[in-house]
This record gives sequence, C-alpha cells and structure tokens, in this order.
Amino acid sequence: MSLTSLGPINSSARSEEQHPLTWRLREDGAPVWLDEYRAKNGYQAAETALKQAPDDLVNQVKEAGLKGRGGAGFPTGVKWSLMPKDESLDIRYLLCNADEMEPNTWKDRLLMEQLPHLLVEGMLISARALKAYRGYIFLRGEYVDAARHLNRAIVEAREAGLLGKNILGSGFDFELIVHTGAGRYICGEETALISSLEGRRANPRSKPPFPAAVGVWGKPTCVNNVETLCNVPSIIGNGIPWYQGLAREGSEDHGTKLMGFSGKVKNPGVWELPLGIPARELFEDYAGGMRDGYTLKAWQPGGAGTGFLLPEHLDAQMFSGGIGKVGTRMGTGLALAVDDSVSMVSLLRNMEEFFSRESCGWCTPCRDGLPWSVKILRALERGEGNPGDIETLLQLVSGLGPGKTFCAHAPGAVEPLGSAIKYFRDEFEAGVSKESGTEDVATLQMDIGA
Amino acid sequence: MSNNALIMTDRFELSGALRAAIEEEMHHYEDPRSASIEALKMVQKEHGWVPDGAIYAVAGVLGIPASDVEGVATFYSQIFRQPVGRHIILVCDSMTCFIGGHESLIDRLGEHLGIGIGQTTSDDRFTLLPVCCLGNCDKAPAVMIDDDTFSSVTPDSLLQLLEQYP
Repeated sequence: MSLTSLGPINSSARSEEQHPLTWRLREDGAPVWLDEYRAKNGYQAAETALKQAPDDLVNQVKEAGLKGRGGAGFPTGVKWSLMPKDESLDIRYLLCNADEMEPNTWKDRLLMEQLPHLLVEGMLISARALKAYRGYIFLRGEYVDAARHLNRAIVEAREAGLLGKNILGSGFDFELIVHTGAGRYICGEETALISSLEGRRANPRSKPPFPAAVGVWGKPTCVNNVETLCNVPSIIGNGIPWYQGLAREGSEDHGTKLMGFSGKVKNPGVWELPLGIPARELFEDYAGGMRDGYTLKAWQPGGAGTGFLLPEHLDAQMFSGGIGKVGTRMGTGLALAVDDSVSMVSLLRNMEEFFSRESCGWCTPCRDGLPWSVKILRALERGEGNPGDIETLLQLVSGLGPGKTFCAHAPGAVEPLGSAIKYFRDEFEAGVSKESGTEDVATLQMDIGA
Repeated sequence: MSNNALIMTDRFELSGALRAAIEEEMHHYEDPRSASIEALKMVQKEHGWVPDGAIYAVAGVLGIPASDVEGVATFYSQIFRQPVGRHIILVCDSMTCFIGGHESLIDRLGEHLGIGIGQTTSDDRFTLLPVCCLGNCDKAPAVMIDDDTFSSVTPDSLLQLLEQYP
C-alpha cells in the first residue's frame, strides 16, 4: 500500500532553489532515507551550523523572518530568543509539535512520512541554536507510518554520528525521541502539548510563564511546528538573501509554505509555494478550480479555526497580512473549498460538534458555550430554530472570542461561525421555525446569554 | 468512570515483558509519569482495552496515584476504558470529510453492522468511533481501520474493506 501522503506534489516540477522543503521528494513517494538524503545535500546545513555559535543561528533565523508554520504565525527567531540567557539553566528542551489534527491540514504528514531526515536535521540545527540537549517529536498516535519512518531516521542518524554525543566532532550532544499521543485535538496547543508530554491530561497552562522560561518538567522549552523546523536547514545552508528572495512581491512574510486546496476541486493536493501567491492561483492553477457541476460558494484559507471567505476574496495574497486584509488569518495555509451543495448551517453544525467534543473542559466559556452553539445549530438545521437563535450565536461568537477563554481553542471555534453568519445570514435565518410560538423560550435564552 | 471503579474488582497482572517495556519507556523522560499514556497504550495493545486492574498496575510501576492514571485514561480518546471489538473503525468526521460525505459512511455502517458511533457489534468484531481530521484531506473522506488509513472511501468500498478484518 502506498503512503497516505503520496500526491500530486510527488510528480510536480520542483527545484532545489525554489522548493527547499520538498525538492528531495521522490516521484514514487517512498521515504528518502539517509544515503539518498545525504546525496541530495542533506546534513550539509547541520555541518555548517555546528561550526557556528548558537546565538548566530538564532539571529539568522530571526533576520530571515521565518514565522511559525503551525497556524499562529509567531516569528520563530523571536520565540527562540525568549529562551533564558542564564547559562546555568543548562537543561533545555526542544519540542516538535507534530500533533497535526487541525481539520483540513495535511502537510506535516507529508514531510514526516517522506522526508523524515529533513525534520531530524531541522531539529538538530534548532537544538544547537537553543542549546537543547534533548528533543521530543510529539506525534499524533494515528500517524503510524510517520512514527515508523522518524524512528528509523533517528536510528540512521545516530549510527552516522548525526545524533548522540559529540555530533560530528563539534562537542554538541543531542538526543531525539519520538513520543506518540493517544488522541485529543487540544494536544496541539503548545502548553497542552507540554502537559500531555508530562503524562497528564492535556489541559493548557497559563501564560506567563511562557514555555521558554517554565516548560516541560519546569525547564526552558521551545515548541515549534514540523514545517517550521523543516525551514531551518535551508536558511542556514543557503543564507538570508536567498531565503528572502523566495516569496512573491508584496508579501511581508518570507520563504515558501506548504499550501493546498481540498473540497470538490478538480485536483486537490498540497504544494510548496512562495508566500504571497494569490489564493486564486492556488485555487485555479494548482487545484484546477471546481469540479464540473459544482460552484465555489465560500472558502477557508487555513484550517477549521480560520474564517470563511467569499470567491471574491480569492485575489488576496497568501501570507499573514494578505489574508488579514480580508478579515481572517492564513492559519495553516491549506484551504478548503465549500461548494454550492453544502449548507452553511450543516457545515457549521459539523464544525462546532468537533470543537465542542474536543474542548478539554478546563474553562467554563468553552466547555459550556460550545455545546450550546451545537444545540442551536442542530435546531436551525432541522428548521426548528427559535427567534433570537442567531443573536444567541453571535453572543457566543463574542463571548468565546480572543481573550475570553484560557486558550485559543474557543476563539478558533467561533471565528468560522461569526464569518459564516456574516456572509450567509439568510441560511441561518431560514432555519428559524416559521410557526414557532416559542418566543418565551427565545427570550429566556437571550436572558441567559446576556 | 463507573461507581465502583475505585474498588479493584478485577485482578490484573502485568506480564514480565510488558512491565519491562513500561520501565524502558520511563527512561525516556525526566519524570516516570510521562510514560503513563504509552503504558496504557501498551496494555491496550495486549488486552484490547484497559481494565480497572491495569490502572492500578500501571500506577504501581510508575509510582503515581491510580487516580492520576485514571484521569489520563479517561481523557484521551484512543484509550479505551471498556471492552471494544477486535477491530477499531475510525471515521474522520472533520469538515472536509463532512463535505466528502462521511455521514453516508456512518449510515451505511449502521445498516450493515447494526452499530452507531461508540458501539460494538454483537460478535465483538468491530467498534465504530469518530476521529479528528486524519490529515488526508485531499483524499476525503478518510477512514482508519486499526493501523491502516484508507482514502476516498465510499459506502460500497468501505463494506469491501471490512472483509480484510475478520
């Protein structure tokens, strides 16, 4: 059976200069093991990095302008420089967030299944920059092929002296361990990930203190996404001017990004593209537009937690500021096409069922608010909604928004809901029962919501 | 958790090999507690699910309270605290698979196997559960049966796939 991640990218044209993440992929989709990876310049950046001072590495990543690829887009170099300067704090950890579970996100699976050594090399260089003696790859349990391939890559690297003690004679020691999870979306939230790695329920933690100060087992810790870490070798190997020349004109973000389109498009897939590419190019030239018989009704730029946009927004450029300009976030950069056969009320019902189920239950607005939204959306879907239901949903959108809950789970849950009501309010209104004599109940619900 | 879960109702002995594997796992972390999830997964791999007695046994090896192990066991969706079928069917129910028609897969499984989400067939062959986005969205809908991931599944192809899992 071929790997799940085998897709159109394996047969697309790629070059070392323009596709630093994916140029080494094989057409047959088989994993690139150590010999082939080294033959394709693998670990040369690590050799360069091991001769440099950790702070120089941090500065290069900071100047290159790399931003986190897990969805939040925080500048990686800035995150790295938050690690304590106090040298006596010498037990430090680098955690790779490989808990890819964001609905409509299928990029880290590709990197880990087919290019495990790219992640190992990225973590080795990053660990050197952060002075971490040990790294953990927090991998979701369902990615069984990725776990197998990463573990084999780690064994290969250790046998070649690329992990372990005194790596390539540099005096730097680094161990890498794959830790697999057992479900629950919330593990991808970085402080929940730390709780889970410690063997606890995956409840998020208060920030501050930030993980850089108090992370796993109370030690300085940096958590980076798989794709973020895979960007590091080429930045160190090819330099900042090259990296900053990758993105399209007009993009404030640098480098390439794994982007994709799914839904009822002709050619769904993931590709490595320059940041700043117009979403329309991704949709039309790469994904081939909609399948015959389907019309694009709405789209989401990057995962369940991003807002819905309309077809007219396809001219937006795919980078954080470009998508920000049209009112939402780029998120993971893997877009979803919603076609005209899909009811927005049903789609949002499905999404809020997901967010509601995956709430860790730690804080009240999220634990109680999300099931409430599900209850209303189910009623609207059946055409049994009450007058005032849409207002209640909008109250939930604002009451569960940024800053109102312990972590970003609930804000991510209500962002698509708010935008769906904004653009498709008539569909929600159509779910309010015509013969509803239940105004008392509606008033009561509004009172509770107030 | 049932009312009597804190009373050890079933004896559970960790095999020597399982105990050794858990102890080995503990060395990967600063704190043995970190091995709790992996230990429960190992128990489950051998026994199919995690009975009450195993909670105490794992707690004993890790040196942490049984209530903490129970807290972990009941939090994570892929740890089963009640008996399940020989094979686990995980249907991705995220929005992309919703658009791809995952609800028709669940309906067909219901007609064919007589079970809904969270239920086990009377012959203990299959348990049906939902799962978060399987990261296979360009080939939706996606289904996992045990350790195998399947792409672009249709109600008909799903029934054929089941034949591989006796």
